[in-house]
Amino acid sequence: MPMLDGWRSRVALSEHYRGRRLLGRASYTLNEPQVPGLSKGNIARFENVGLRYGLGPEVLRDVTFSLDSGSFHFLVGESGAGKSSLLKLLYLALKPSRGLISLFGADIATTPRPQLPALRRQIGVVFQEFRLLEHLSTFDNVALPLRVAGVRESDVNRHVTELLEWVGLKDHMKSRPPTLSGGQQQRVSIARAVIARPKLLLADEPTGNVDDRMALRLMHLFEELNRLGTTIVVATHNMALVDSLGYPVMRLDAGDMSVVEGSGNKSAAREWRESRESAQSNTRAEAKAQARARRERMRAETDDADIDPPGIENFL
Amino acid sequence: MLGVKRSDLPLDKDAHSRFLPWLIAFMVFLAVLAIGGILVLNATASRWDQGVGGTLTVQIAATEDAARDQNNLQEVLNVIAAQSGIERYIVIEEERMLALLEPWLGSAAEAGDLPLPKLIDVGLADEAQFDLKAFTRTLQLRVPEATVDDHRIWLQRLVNLIRTVELIALAVLVFIALATMGTVIFTTRTGLAVHKEAIEVLHLIGAQDSYIAGQFAGRAMMLGLKGGLIGLSLGLPALLAVGYLAESLEDAALPNLSFGIIEWAIFAAIPLSVAFLAMTTARSTVLRSLARML
Repeated sequence: MPMLDGWRSRVALSEHYRGRRLLGRASYTLNEPQVPGLSKGNIARFENVGLRYGLGPEVLRDVTFSLDSGSFHFLVGESGAGKSSLLKLLYLALKPSRGLISLFGADIATTPRPQLPALRRQIGVVFQEFRLLEHLSTFDNVALPLRVAGVRESDVNRHVTELLEWVGLKDHMKSRPPTLSGGQQQRVSIARAVIARPKLLLADEPTGNVDDRMALRLMHLFEELNRLGTTIVVATHNMALVDSLGYPVMRLDAGDMSVVEGSGNKSAAREWRESRESAQSNTRAEAKAQARARRERMRAETDDADIDPPGIENFL
Repeated sequence: MLGVKRSDLPLDKDAHSRFLPWLIAFMVFLAVLAIGGILVLNATASRWDQGVGGTLTVQIAATEDAARDQNNLQEVLNVIAAQSGIERYIVIEEERMLALLEPWLGSAAEAGDLPLPKLIDVGLADEAQFDLKAFTRTLQLRVPEATVDDHRIWLQRLVNLIRTVELIALAVLVFIALATMGTVIFTTRTGLAVHKEAIEVLHLIGAQDSYIAGQFAGRAMMLGLKGGLIGLSLGLPALLAVGYLAESLEDAALPNLSFGIIEWAIFAAIPLSVAFLAMTTARSTVLRSLARML
């Protein structure tokens, strides 16, 4: 039963916002020859996972990693590198062609199909294209995960109203997605993903349609959820965000995964981005200067933001 | 499951399901006629069965000698009276026989002009235990002109005919049910294709297959019920009109189309059965389709 009592924790939110950084949360066991057995803190574990569509080439090859409970990861890679496919495996939309996937301690290959919905309910997904149901109101869209879980309608009303108020969409509860702006739809999508307080939140390019400033604010929301205990994986192209937050980075390169440990000083994540930029820049120094300028710009923007927002609408 | 559940899928706005109630209504119309036919034939068969079952007719052929005829009759009556297992017997009067013969011979036929046989209607206490062969043998030893007709052959042929027609009507009902199921399956599959995206979202946020199937089933049930009621409201008047016309002929040979409470209950159950059939068909169609998803 989802409990949203923590949602109104404005003090915590403000403190988090002032602190703005939650570093060193993630721990990693990636690309090690021996993946540790599923520990109590494991949310997901991939072992030599391969994926191919039909008879085509493998879009993921020997992907091995585990996600610890309460961790925050970025998933990066070029378009077509397999990010969305990896997320689909994580939110149980696809079965791997080979290898082992374990979610919340359950081996997906041997878990009976009727038990998979229970696993899915512990996963919140922010889809790249939102995938809101256009015929349903904002309220009903956000209420869906609770209703499919059989939550009583009185509780659904209470929780959804509270969350929509919190994300600044109280006045749009009866609006349908096509009448909402992109940013509002994004918030509905996120609200739907988090309403049932999932243990694992997956976001596929959640900043794809918003500007940098909005993207960073969105990331702060994810950080807040992470602080409340949700394990988070964010697939993104936005390397400025990756840099500025400094969480560990899972990098997919044509189906192969490598991992850059989040170190708190963001050097590893930055290194990868800078290495990409350097390919386009004449000198590495120039790339570094660009990265530095971008970081300064992001910092300045977030410093401008309201420090004590009355609701999450200011956050977003 | 009763269709009152709030729907997450916009099934009520589907254009492709708009005609489903009418298609079902036509099926139900035919079903009402078929069921009406079965009920009438069943009632007719049992009426005939009860009417002639457990009875014998002893016929004494007329001779040219009236005294002998009278003697034969008395002799037969003596045998019948002595026979155990006979509940009642009555000699059919000449007037009644003439009335029975009237359709064939006309009212002009008069008693004296025709050598009419004597007929004795015999009611048996228990048809199964009655030794017909011994009775017939005894009777023919005493009165060679007497023959015994137990109506069985005639009745059996009649009942066979009725049962065959009933079987055909039942087959028609089965075909109607299959056609209804096919229509519901087609509509449901179209709905699954139209709402693929929404169904996938429901699936991915943890909806059980039964949750999604329940939405289709609830909708199909409502459409089935609507079609069933329309079909019934068309079929019953048609059936009653046939009954009224048959009654106005006042011919005893025609089946009786007046229905009792059981028959009315059966008709009332038709829309409910169709709704149930549509619901379970839609449900199993969706479940089969969803089973292909991870």
